[in-house]
Amino acid sequence: MSDFKSASLETARHISGRALDLCAMIGHSVMQFFGSVGRLTEFAGKAVAHVFMPPWFFKQMGRQFVDIGYYSLAVVGLTALFSGMVLALQSYTGFSRFNAEGAIANVVALSITRELAPVLAGLMVAGRIGASIAAEIGTMRVTEQIDALTTLSVNPMKYLVVPRVFAGTVIMPFLVLVADIIGIFGGFIVAVFKLGFGPYTYIEQTWNFLEWNDVASGLVKAAVFGFIVTLMGCYNGYNSARGAQGVGAATTNAVVSASILILIFNYLLTQMFFS
Amino acid sequence: MTEATTKIELRDVRKSFGDKLVLRGVDLKVEKGKSMVIIGGSGTGKSVTLKCVLGLLNADGGEINVDGQDVCKLRGRKREEQMKKFGMLFQGGALFDSLPVWENVAFGLIHGKRMTREEARVIAIEKLKAVGLGEKVSTLLPAELSGGMQKRVSLARAIATNPDIIFFDEPTTGLDPIMADVINELIVQCVKDLGATALSITHDMASVRKIADDVAMIYEGRIIWTGPVADLDHSGNPYVDQFIHGRADGPIGRNTAI
Ligand SMILES: Nc1ncnc2c1ncn2[C@@H]1O[C@H](COP(=O)(O)OP(=O)(O)O)[C@@H](O)[C@H]1O
Ligand SMILES: [Mg+2]
Repeated sequence: MSDFKSASLETARHISGRALDLCAMIGHSVMQFFGSVGRLTEFAGKAVAHVFMPPWFFKQMGRQFVDIGYYSLAVVGLTALFSGMVLALQSYTGFSRFNAEGAIANVVALSITRELAPVLAGLMVAGRIGASIAAEIGTMRVTEQIDALTTLSVNPMKYLVVPRVFAGTVIMPFLVLVADIIGIFGGFIVAVFKLGFGPYTYIEQTWNFLEWNDVASGLVKAAVFGFIVTLMGCYNGYNSARGAQGVGAATTNAVVSASILILIFNYLLTQMFFS
Repeated sequence: MTEATTKIELRDVRKSFGDKLVLRGVDLKVEKGKSMVIIGGSGTGKSVTLKCVLGLLNADGGEINVDGQDVCKLRGRKREEQMKKFGMLFQGGALFDSLPVWENVAFGLIHGKRMTREEARVIAIEKLKAVGLGEKVSTLLPAELSGGMQKRVSLARAIATNPDIIFFDEPTTGLDPIMADVINELIVQCVKDLGATALSITHDMASVRKIADDVAMIYEGRIIWTGPVADLDHSGNPYVDQFIHGRADGPIGRNTAI
């Protein structure tokens, strides 16, 4: 009897101990979460403030425009092309069930400009650019190149972070504009060559239906996503832990956090624009 | 009296990372125009000490005076002004791998001293010559150089702006003995030419004897001995004796790296 009692007491103590551990763990994670949100916000504030303060490193900025903008064209273009194509195909099989095939051009144009072009371009650029920024800056952190910048009287915020964040924010809308055009063209190809639509009617429908707002909202999203991707790349690289493992983790975190933030901000921005 | 000749003075400098105590009250004085060398085992906080003086790390406590001014209390522009007095040769070289050799050397001249690229290039090539590297090397990327050549380029970069104070963090580690001696001689030469104050870190005893005027030994986050290099062999300090003779047995345990 007493054996049983002491055993159950022991178990109870064990469970409550575990529960306390769990609470402590959750508390710790929550604190850590808010701590990192605070640090990220501070970093973002600094990055933006330094955009407006000389000196500016135009050569670095130029390189980033080429890296982020020009070299992302192919991957973003391909993504948009196939998205447009599959959209036309899908909406045809869906809409033909209630004889609404005529709406394909509208669906393609609307989905591409408002949602798919900015979000998919954002995610692709997060994979391509966010990762490479985090790896490059992280390696510079680990090999003390960032410390070397400081001792040579150059502020690493200005030399490394500002060019990337500025270029990313400015160039993303242009990338997405290109993606809009290519995506709509993809829908056009499928509609005309596979589904038998007339090319002129398709273009006319698209043109008449699209509103300036649809495109503009997509471009604003693009700028925000460009900021998010480059900022997360810089932040994670800049705070990379030591060693090759640190750089690896920084790269992963940059891509994952940028992708999640893009999806969250996409929702928030959509709600802001269209409600 | 001593104020005029003391260039750098650390008083009770403390630094920890998380709950790991690294510096537990470092006291150190470097006289103007002298070459001080800090010796000590790996992971005892030598690099951290230099980084605290440079402001790359913020000390948790204590005072760091450079030319009589406590740099820990300086912020923003004033701190940047103080930083311009320093040149630093990093442990791993820390060359910018995306820039050619000459731009690495000229970096502080172009961005810190606002020279034109042409002016800076001329000086960079001069400095490269001073460390025994020809003009041909100047257009190569750091990755194309051997370890010894990279060290020389780092050295040229550290002295390019004619700094008042130069820090050398393990300048000869990873080099063969002959190349190490070449680097040591270059350091002595450069410091003499600039009339600079030097603070170096090494655990290479040949290097100590070549470049040091004064020696300080760091152990468990404190300076436990300091004196002129001539006194090194009869310091009477068992820790120093063990270290300079590289004995496994002695007061310094085998697992003391913190
Ligand atoms: N940025 C940092 N974050 C955490 N720990 C660090 C950091 N820098 C140095 N340390 C730790 O401080 C100790 C001293 O490092 P360091 O000064 O580089 O040693 P050394 O004397 O060999 O130059 C080491 O244990 C190292 O792991
Ligand atoms: Mg070190």
